[in-house]
Amino acid sequence: MTTEQDRVGCEDVVMFVNAAITSTGQREFRSGAAEQGMSLDFLHEYVLGNYRELYAATLALDINHFNAALIVLNLLRTAKLATAEQRDLEGRLIARRLAGLPPQRVYALFRKLRAHGVNNRRTRAIVRDWLSARSDLAFDAVKYRRSLAVTARHAHVALTGEVGTALFDWRRPARYETPILESWRRAHYETTAIFELPYTVAEGLAGQRGMTRAKFLEGIEPMLTARERLRLQSSAERLGARSVSMDLATAPLTRLALFALSLPRPERARRREELTEALRASARRTAGAQAGTWGRVVSVLDDSYSSSGSSTKRRRPLAIALATHYLLAELAGDHTGLWLTHRGDPLLVHPVGATGLGARVLDGLEHRPDRLVIVSDGWDNAPPGQAAEVLRIWRERLDPERRTDIVHLNPVYDSEEFDVRRLEPGVATVGVRDAEDIPALVELARFGSGSATFAELRAHLAGLVDKVGR
Amino acid sequence: MTAADLGGFTGLTGLTAGPAQAWGAVRLVPLLRAEPITDLRLHARLHPNELSVVDVSGATYTALVPHSFVADWTSDGKPAAAYGTQLVPPGRGAGCPDCVNLRFRRRMARREDRNRLRFLPLHLALEGYLALHFGGPGIAWEEWSAKAVAHGLSPREETVYAGADLAGLDDALRVFEIHPDQCGMVLYAADALAAAFVVPHPDDYRLLHPTLLLDMYSELLYQYTQLYPAVPDFRVRVDDTRITDVAGLRAELAEAAQEWRSFHHLMADGLLDAQGLRTREVYRMGRFTLSRFLPSFDPDVENHIGETVTDESGVLAYLKTFRLSTAQVRRGHLLSTLAEHDWHLDASAAALGTTRDELVRRLDRAGFGHLLREDIIAANRARHRRR
Repeated sequence: MTTEQDRVGCEDVVMFVNAAITSTGQREFRSGAAEQGMSLDFLHEYVLGNYRELYAATLALDINHFNAALIVLNLLRTAKLATAEQRDLEGRLIARRLAGLPPQRVYALFRKLRAHGVNNRRTRAIVRDWLSARSDLAFDAVKYRRSLAVTARHAHVALTGEVGTALFDWRRPARYETPILESWRRAHYETTAIFELPYTVAEGLAGQRGMTRAKFLEGIEPMLTARERLRLQSSAERLGARSVSMDLATAPLTRLALFALSLPRPERARRREELTEALRASARRTAGAQAGTWGRVVSVLDDSYSSSGSSTKRRRPLAIALATHYLLAELAGDHTGLWLTHRGDPLLVHPVGATGLGARVLDGLEHRPDRLVIVSDGWDNAPPGQAAEVLRIWRERLDPERRTDIVHLNPVYDSEEFDVRRLEPGVATVGVRDAEDIPALVELARFGSGSATFAELRAHLAGLVDKVGR
Repeated sequence: MTAADLGGFTGLTGLTAGPAQAWGAVRLVPLLRAEPITDLRLHARLHPNELSVVDVSGATYTALVPHSFVADWTSDGKPAAAYGTQLVPPGRGAGCPDCVNLRFRRRMARREDRNRLRFLPLHLALEGYLALHFGGPGIAWEEWSAKAVAHGLSPREETVYAGADLAGLDDALRVFEIHPDQCGMVLYAADALAAAFVVPHPDDYRLLHPTLLLDMYSELLYQYTQLYPAVPDFRVRVDDTRITDVAGLRAELAEAAQEWRSFHHLMADGLLDAQGLRTREVYRMGRFTLSRFLPSFDPDVENHIGETVTDESGVLAYLKTFRLSTAQVRRGHLLSTLAEHDWHLDASAAALGTTRDELVRRLDRAGFGHLLREDIIAANRARHRRR
């Protein structure tokens, strides 16, 4: 392989990894859901066609659930084109990845397999293995009722005992021995049984019963998952369902930042200590053993209007920037966070104004830190291209020995470029979806700046795949 | 001629051009105001939350009602459109400005939020403009119809395009990042100056930003946005050979920003350096003057009509312009020549270097036939048919 092919290959794969981390096929600030989906589909086809092994290997990376499911679907769909060894490795990667995906994603994937007419011995075995690893199929039969039925039918899985009865012959039994199935049966007639069901199932039945929302939330409180609990904080408080309240510090960092930003600013100011403490604790937990090891770090955080995201990804870019602020404070020995327009307490940050990255990046570089982290969607528009010039001149003229390590984290997939938008070719740009992944992403960043070779990238991925294989 | 000689329109005094944001064929240049004007604000009725304005200003202020602004002006709650931009003195904040009542034959198709800001869509607004500028014959020469003498050019019709028809303008306005101190916008379609819009205060601008989509734009801009897929960003280039330290880089960046501002003046020279603008002071209120300006109606250059509000030192508080299409410029040229010669046909024909007969024909073709007496226009048509 020539070096030119090498370079293109490296770029293609890095591009794909960036896309697979950031894009969820949902609407972004500048592009619609259809554009995102179409662009992403093309990219998947392209990488699958040209670098099948690397395509499968990305399953071992921290890519988002949406793309992981899409990769699994594409691999199973085109299994005919793979060699026996490839299939063997892919099978292990898929099994490992499915085990880590949330069940609703996996069930959605199985339903898609059915829609695409993918049904062969290998696929059925993968489905069967995943189902047999589920700890409580009776619970799935209640919570993911239709999906489990569709999956079982499609993959010819014989569901024995009451689970099979509850799915396919539910009119017959007068009662079930399995507690959750019995609760589900009774909940159709009895109000108290509703509270023994998972939240999503109970919600519908409570609605049919005409139960008030406040009463429902009070009753269902013990059954809530951690995410559901966090999501319901505001509405529960509004309705006076006190028992739903939680210790915020247990929530994942980016989720917590999203929750904090969803509160109106006066409330954020009122609950400042509680929220700040929770964000710090969550960041401390995320940083773990790496805390305090990054030296002097300056971050330039984008709070321009475009960081408000879209109606489906509300304030996501801003939340990632906010979470990064708290995480870097833990990771770095000495951290300075610079927002584009906001001054003062970062908790009160608000998406407003243009993206004048250039001047702010220069402010950051003037501190001469060990590492500069830029969190921005890359639309540097006040004036356009200024950040690129600052970064270029800094590297060429002011810091030729590269004492400052610069990395750009971009939370938004640009559907037109099939990549996250770059600030300057010489600066490593990586996609980011959760601030928790930042330590791993900074490692990955050296592949994005063109300083590492394709062989190194292959070796990096092979290392990750080996871990899975063992 | 310097800008000061123009009387009413003194360029973008008090405003600086910010960096442009391009999206597709549309380039949007924000106009920034270091010191917002607080004693001239949008009429309180136009603010969705009336209290917020009172809170912001504290003191009493002169209220501004932009032309053709639809709101529930009247006490009976029916929608009405403001007729001509108006200034309302302090203390009369809740009063009803001069407006045209709107009657809708059918229920309005889309549900209107009661407090939603909206300009009248299109035609009524532009007709209003023309009627404001051209009152019709001042002297009742016998050739003009009685209706033209009595009612002027009203009703006038012009074909214009809604902002929503301009390809990509909706997205460009949606993704535009409004600066915190932004008080105005210059809008380019395929780098042709489409419209300029200035208000006194950033809060007013944020409210009115979406109305740029409801504004009217001439046919020319519609074609440009259809024909040109995208305009390039003007990316900053800094000469790095002289830079040795951070301060040097900062100085270079400041210089680049300054260059951009003067370059923007060049881009907007069709409006800012327009020759032969005719400005008419409409009235003064306190330290503010409302004026309207008409272009020279020279078919070879850009022609913008518009309204301005300036304070005593010439600082631009309010500006709204509309770029005329070529056909509209030709019609304007005819009308202004007629107005210059007191609507006397022979004198006007001589000024245009043509005959009286040809002038009548041109008037007829430009859609002004109804202004002339019926027998004159009929005779003219018959003569040309016979040839």
